[in-house]
Amino acid sequence: MRERTDGGVLLAYLAKRLVELTAVVFLISILAFLLVHLLPGDPSVAILGPFDTPSARAEVLRQLGLNRPLPMQYLTWLGNVLHGNLGRSFLTKQTVATTIGEAFPIDLELVVVSQVLAFAVAIPLALVAARRPNRALDRLATATTFGMLSVPAFILAVLLALVLAVEVHAFPASGFTHLSNGVIPNLKSVALGSIALAAGSVAVYFRLLRSELISTLQEDFITMARAKGLSTRYILMRHALRPSSFSLLASAGINIGSLLTGAFVVEYLFQLPGIGYQIIVSIDSRDYLMVQGMALVVAVAYVLVNFAADLLLGVLDPRVRRG
Amino acid sequence: MRSRAGWTSSRTTRHLIFPPVDQALGPMLEVDGLRTSFRTPRGVVRAVDGVSLGLDRGRTLGIVGETGSGKTMLARSIMGLLPAGGRDRLGVERSGTVRFAGHDLTGLPPAQLRQVWGTQIAMVFQDPMTALNPVVRVGRQITESLRLRMGMGRSDAKETALALLSSVGIADPGRHLRSYPHELSGGMRQRVMIAIAIACGPRLLLADEPTTGLDVTIQAQILDLLADLQRERSMAMVLVTHDLGVVAGRADETAVMYAGRIVEQAATAELFAHPLMPYSQALLAAIPRLADAAGTRPKPIPGRPPDLASLAPGCRFAPRCPYARERCREADPPLVEAGSGHRFACWYPLSLEDADTPASDLGDSQGEA
Ligand SMILES: Nc1ncnc2c1ncn2[C@@H]1O[C@H](COP(=O)(O)OP(=O)(O)OP(=O)(O)O)[C@@H](O)[C@H]1O
Ligand code: SF4
Ligand SMILES: [Mg+2]
Repeated sequence: MRERTDGGVLLAYLAKRLVELTAVVFLISILAFLLVHLLPGDPSVAILGPFDTPSARAEVLRQLGLNRPLPMQYLTWLGNVLHGNLGRSFLTKQTVATTIGEAFPIDLELVVVSQVLAFAVAIPLALVAARRPNRALDRLATATTFGMLSVPAFILAVLLALVLAVEVHAFPASGFTHLSNGVIPNLKSVALGSIALAAGSVAVYFRLLRSELISTLQEDFITMARAKGLSTRYILMRHALRPSSFSLLASAGINIGSLLTGAFVVEYLFQLPGIGYQIIVSIDSRDYLMVQGMALVVAVAYVLVNFAADLLLGVLDPRVRRG
Repeated sequence: MRSRAGWTSSRTTRHLIFPPVDQALGPMLEVDGLRTSFRTPRGVVRAVDGVSLGLDRGRTLGIVGETGSGKTMLARSIMGLLPAGGRDRLGVERSGTVRFAGHDLTGLPPAQLRQVWGTQIAMVFQDPMTALNPVVRVGRQITESLRLRMGMGRSDAKETALALLSSVGIADPGRHLRSYPHELSGGMRQRVMIAIAIACGPRLLLADEPTTGLDVTIQAQILDLLADLQRERSMAMVLVTHDLGVVAGRADETAVMYAGRIVEQAATAELFAHPLMPYSQALLAAIPRLADAAGTRPKPIPGRPPDLASLAPGCRFAPRCPYARERCREADPPLVEAGSGHRFACWYPLSLEDADTPASDLGDSQGEA
């Protein structure tokens, strides 16, 4: 360890996490595969419903290669998936990949915008609150975020829509404007949804970071930094923030991952046809190939987000690189 | 650019508070009636309870005492570096005066006290494992005060940090600037801690157990290093330790602390030769000696220090003192002077001739005959 350079240690940590990541993605792919192939009864019936034509059934059986042993079917399927071929919906006649390609960017944008907002509010607020715990500002922020936690996202979404869209007309009440139609209209179309999603994240992030900061500020190394005559502001930013951010990071990883699918209420309310929305529609219409493709993509995205959070943790905390 | 401006202004402020120390007259440090207490759910803990002491520039004062006797809190109280009210405690209060180079520190607003910390008074923390920031490279932990407090540029600060690391005996300083604290051994962390403390050339160093937990050779190296630095920079030092062996031959004077108070203070050689207070005697008896037969360990002092939240009247050492009498449990012995600067707090001081029996002739007539 001692001889290795810093970058080397980080690379070794990265390689280890990458192996874990591959294993998890492999498992997810098996589960997604089985989702369709272990459906009870005739899979063509499960996929197409009971009222379809025999020729459509034959097409399903042929496309899925259902007469061959399961592991072989899996390998064929995996090969297709790796080439971006997730099959074609028998209902919409669109390829699954196309549908996902349209829906997923909406979620990405919702998540990115909402998380940027959440961090931009939660981090400064936690720094200010933790500097003087239990004083007026801290109490106010703590009480407010508690309120935000207990209000479900959809209530907030409805309120936002009423006030900012219907009354003030600051934002469109519903519908998604593609980025190709301009950045501003695009951002405006996801703004309300992002704010609604950000509220819950702000509350969680603020509370986590605040309490971690308060306990970090009790540490010896903070007293030591004070003894150097450094300013409180510098100590908060350069000594306390980083070691206090680890649990925030882990929870952000999980939170962002689940927002990728968990945003469907907001997507529904603001008519943003993202993945969460599409999954509900597909399940409702028993479009199993679509469900399979989306589940796979969402699960992999979830794992990737948490992998990224782990990597960031490795960058922020030199001690975990050894583990 | 910004640090230049910061330097000018901080230097101006420093000079407003402190005329260059070498021109100031009188002792470097005068502490009078210093008290620090914590309000805890169990009651008020008097961690430092009326300490007075003085220290001249370039000299060393040893502070010894068992764990919990208040050594660390005394050092922090001198500096004014008290914990901010946190979760588990209700508050901390300090009273008494601390004069540094003739200037009262106790009345200073936090912003001005901050100008004193690091550049005028610095502290070596007791536990370098917890006192170094685990996620900040050693380099920045040294250079940040050089840059922010001394106004050095990036490369000057780095040069100085390299020189500091070599001066505390760290080989290959360039590599260790890039290390994180967990990558260093205990002895190296201790050296880094000292390098940080002396970085801005303080006039007074409060060294809290700078060698605890290190093996004897490294211990001696670090103490020699501190002595060299002291000579070079005519820096005064308060050397805190629970080990009397550390102050022997290194501290000009030594004060013994017990339950938040100084119970005896004298020139170190005088204290070792003629302890007047039974607790000091017991501490001295507990020093391991080379002459001791292998396998025999010095006997620790039986009993435990009193609970600072609920002190009984009388001498604080009485429950453990082999010489305790009626009077010891009734009244608190004051710290009195026995001549030539030897101070002690005991109703029945050990006689100068025979340090093994209580000197009843020095006591009062109420004592048991
Ligand atoms: N934050 C605190 N809250 C309440 N009591 C405290 C606090 N810090 C210290 N004390 C009490 O103050 C007393 C003195 O503690 P201090 O750390 O100064 O002892 P010490 O002599 O340095 O001991 P050691 O040799 O273990 O370092 C102890 O009884 C301790 O319980
Ligand atoms: S005053 Fe009494 S109890 Fe206290 S140290 Fe002296 S002899 Fe012991
Ligand atoms: Mg201590």
